[in-house]
Amino acid sequence: MSVHTLRIDEKDVSARAGQTILEAARENGIAIPTLCHLEGLSNVGACRLCLVEVAAVGGGTRLMAACVTAAAEEMVIQTDTERLREYRKMIVELLFAERNHVCSVCVANNHCELQDMAVAQGVDHVRYDYLEPTCGVDLSHQRFGLDHNRCILCTRCVRACDEVEGAHTWDVSGRGTLSRVVADLNTPWGASETCTSCGKCVMACPTGALFHQGSTVSEMIHERTRLSFLVDAREKKQWNA
Amino acid sequence: MDQNELRSIVEAERSERRPVQVRVCTASACLASRSREVAGRLRAAAEGAGLGDRVDVREVGCLRLCSEGPLVKVEPEGVLYERVGVDQADSIVGAIGGGTAEARVGDLSEPFFARQLPIVLENSGAVEPERIASYLAAGGYGQLRRVLREMTPQQVVEAITRSGIRGRGGAGYPTGLKWATVAKMPPGRKFVVCNADEGDPGAFMDRSVLESDPQRVLEGMAIAGYAVGADQGYVYLRGEHPLTIRRLRLAIDQARRLGVLGSGIFDSPFNFRIDLRIGAGAYVCGEETALMASIEGRRGTPHPRPPYPAQSGLWGSPTLINNVETLANIPAIVREGADRFAAIGTASSKGTKVFALAGNVRRSGLVEVPMGTSLRTIVEEIGGGAPEGRSIKAVQTGGPSGGCIPAAHLDTPVDYESLKALGSIMGSGGMIVMDDRADMVDVARYFMEFCRDESCGKCIPCRAGTVQLHRMLVRIRDGQATRDELHRLEGLCEMVRHASLCGLGQAAPSPVLSTLRFFREEYESRLIGG
Amino acid sequence: MNAPTTAVGQDEASPGTHPSGDERFARIDEAMQKHAFEQDALIEVLHAAQEHFGYLRTDLLHYIAHGLKLPSSRVYGVATFYHLFTLAPRGEHTCVVCTGTACYVRGVDRLLAAIEAESGALPGQTTPDGRITLEVARCVGACGIAPVVVFDGNVEGGQTEDSTLDRIRKWDHHGSE
Repeated sequence: MSVHTLRIDEKDVSARAGQTILEAARENGIAIPTLCHLEGLSNVGACRLCLVEVAAVGGGTRLMAACVTAAAEEMVIQTDTERLREYRKMIVELLFAERNHVCSVCVANNHCELQDMAVAQGVDHVRYDYLEPTCGVDLSHQRFGLDHNRCILCTRCVRACDEVEGAHTWDVSGRGTLSRVVADLNTPWGASETCTSCGKCVMACPTGALFHQGSTVSEMIHERTRLSFLVDAREKKQWNA
Repeated sequence: MDQNELRSIVEAERSERRPVQVRVCTASACLASRSREVAGRLRAAAEGAGLGDRVDVREVGCLRLCSEGPLVKVEPEGVLYERVGVDQADSIVGAIGGGTAEARVGDLSEPFFARQLPIVLENSGAVEPERIASYLAAGGYGQLRRVLREMTPQQVVEAITRSGIRGRGGAGYPTGLKWATVAKMPPGRKFVVCNADEGDPGAFMDRSVLESDPQRVLEGMAIAGYAVGADQGYVYLRGEHPLTIRRLRLAIDQARRLGVLGSGIFDSPFNFRIDLRIGAGAYVCGEETALMASIEGRRGTPHPRPPYPAQSGLWGSPTLINNVETLANIPAIVREGADRFAAIGTASSKGTKVFALAGNVRRSGLVEVPMGTSLRTIVEEIGGGAPEGRSIKAVQTGGPSGGCIPAAHLDTPVDYESLKALGSIMGSGGMIVMDDRADMVDVARYFMEFCRDESCGKCIPCRAGTVQLHRMLVRIRDGQATRDELHRLEGLCEMVRHASLCGLGQAAPSPVLSTLRFFREEYESRLIGG
Repeated sequence: MNAPTTAVGQDEASPGTHPSGDERFARIDEAMQKHAFEQDALIEVLHAAQEHFGYLRTDLLHYIAHGLKLPSSRVYGVATFYHLFTLAPRGEHTCVVCTGTACYVRGVDRLLAAIEAESGALPGQTTPDGRITLEVARCVGACGIAPVVVFDGNVEGGQTEDSTLDRIRKWDHHGSE
């Protein structure tokens, strides 16, 4: 298996052929922020938080999503420039402005990736209009709930359901800022014909959008590593890896 | 089909042709002005005057001067009638062979026509788009036949490369390089896709080409298929244009029945099949990765490149995606030779470009000019300038991904680099003239609203950023914003431009940035506190 | 699973024998057969369904999902992504106002406002009496004769507030013509 050497944040690192910049960086202890990426699921490059600056051939740099860009020989990468920090901050602010995120009453308070990201990126206020859309809450399922107010459209639930469970109960409807995660034909979750109630989507959710019924503020802890555990077990025949 | 069959069709077509041809434009704009009724009345008038065996009334494609339709052209006399009413049919027929009709006669020597150089549009308004025989009689499919008999695929790719043609869809990527990349991929399933998802508001060039001369695009696709080793093509068409869909469907059926598409074309081992795929109202599907998702029956959301379609496209196979106008150039390049093509235009932009000229301009329609022609020539000479009592303020090119070029820069030559240097792009060819009444902040808001509504919603900068940018522009337009807000607007524009996943988001700030560059005072004068 | 209807598969009933007796289902079957029940034909099949039924009812989406063996959420996602597809019935007449750049430059905003005031419907809505659906189009590509309005599928250029309102009032007063 061939190995590439590249430079990330002034540090020489090696990457196996086929590894992404994100994988190579994390293996070498270099943190790159992500939201739509989740270990065990395919990558979509949608949240743009993992953008890094890659030196371009003709000079200057190109912004590339680390989760979907293959590490290549002699790549020179910066993961934490002032420009990237400013862009990441804006992206997180845009997310907070887009739906109705009220941490103090959220089941995922203190266990939320969006909240953690805001802290990590130094977001102390939001410079954009709160759009305050009208969003529904689906409590029709016996065990789980879906609160669209807290959804950031990362599609991790969609991919977990499709790729790990195989049911493809979830998909995205509409487009643009009117996009919504839907079950079946926009069916109440509890009435879904395809949902196996496995809970993998809930495990995958970065925020409090998907939660266990009965959780109150700060109680909802997502078991996100369970998905990569399942995938490793299925694909590599490795348990407790 | 063999050579003899082809020859007999062409001969029959030519021998049936009557001495006088009355060509009625049946492209979209003229159809909307009831040109088909005009054609019916002309036919009846010719019969009534006993000229049935001398006069042919033919329904042709675009005669170009859309603002003056319905257009009727009488050949070989070379007389163009404008704004023809159904009641003028008798008079027009009466004037055949001498005499004056009671209808407005257009001046074919005026700049609108005289300054044009039709290559892509050479058959437009001459051949009948709904009859393949008419295209064959004009030499159609002769270049596909020649390529199959006389050239290797490599030679075709070399010719296209040498011609210097660049993609007419907007970005100007060298066509030859794209073809070479797909051709070099290992043999196996490959595809050719014609991107006919012309979605820029104010652009109707590709649509006109398809409505006027659809076989030409199919021939271009087949030549491309031979060059890159593909045996399947798709035309991805907008669902909004039923006439274009109908004509193209008919064109494919006729080509298939004659055997110029299908298996063993012109007795060669080359097979090429073309299918239509109809979009359903999503601008983002003009972006090539979204377009492929749509052809595969999925939501038209783009995915990050690489991999590029040339390496991994439709169903993971190498896929050549070219725009309508690019493909319509191919038969002419093969026929005239790469060098003659390369002699037209500028050092870096070869050939001609078709523009859809519209907006606050006296003469609207389809315009094909050599690359390097100045904007002034196009909007002032060809278009006749702003309407009476008005002056040109700006010219918008490139649609929602482009920018507004102020009147002071009208001497700019139209080529990919010059337009880019002015913060706009060539784009697919929509050219909208704005006069002194235009509110440039509102123009920016108009395009941002478009992008907001057409954002697929996959990536955050485009989905959530365009919404915020639109709100800021509304506030600035309405005098409710501070200087801080203007700075926030500029900062967010930069982020959306650089961080968005696909071309739609990356280009969405362009109309804002370009109006800020040239019309900044219109923004600043409205800020609270000046 | 309790699908209300079963799509005609390779080894099931032949076209035209849909349990509801609605022979328009046979048109959907034909569209699916034409594409050999390939999943990538979804958009083509949705076009066919909308052409014959006028809009995409939930049972049609279910039927198509079963026919092409696709997850129903994916069918719903596709049907709601593309704006030409509609999941609600349309009015007796449709008035589509082009909002392309040439029409914008030539004052289509005022035209649209006048139509909204006259009909009481906003773009995407149908009047409460079900007579008129008002829609906007991105660009109908007839920019040379802007501003353009499409009345029941007929493109009309050079529109003014008066000419447009006249057309709409005719629908109001003379029923469908």
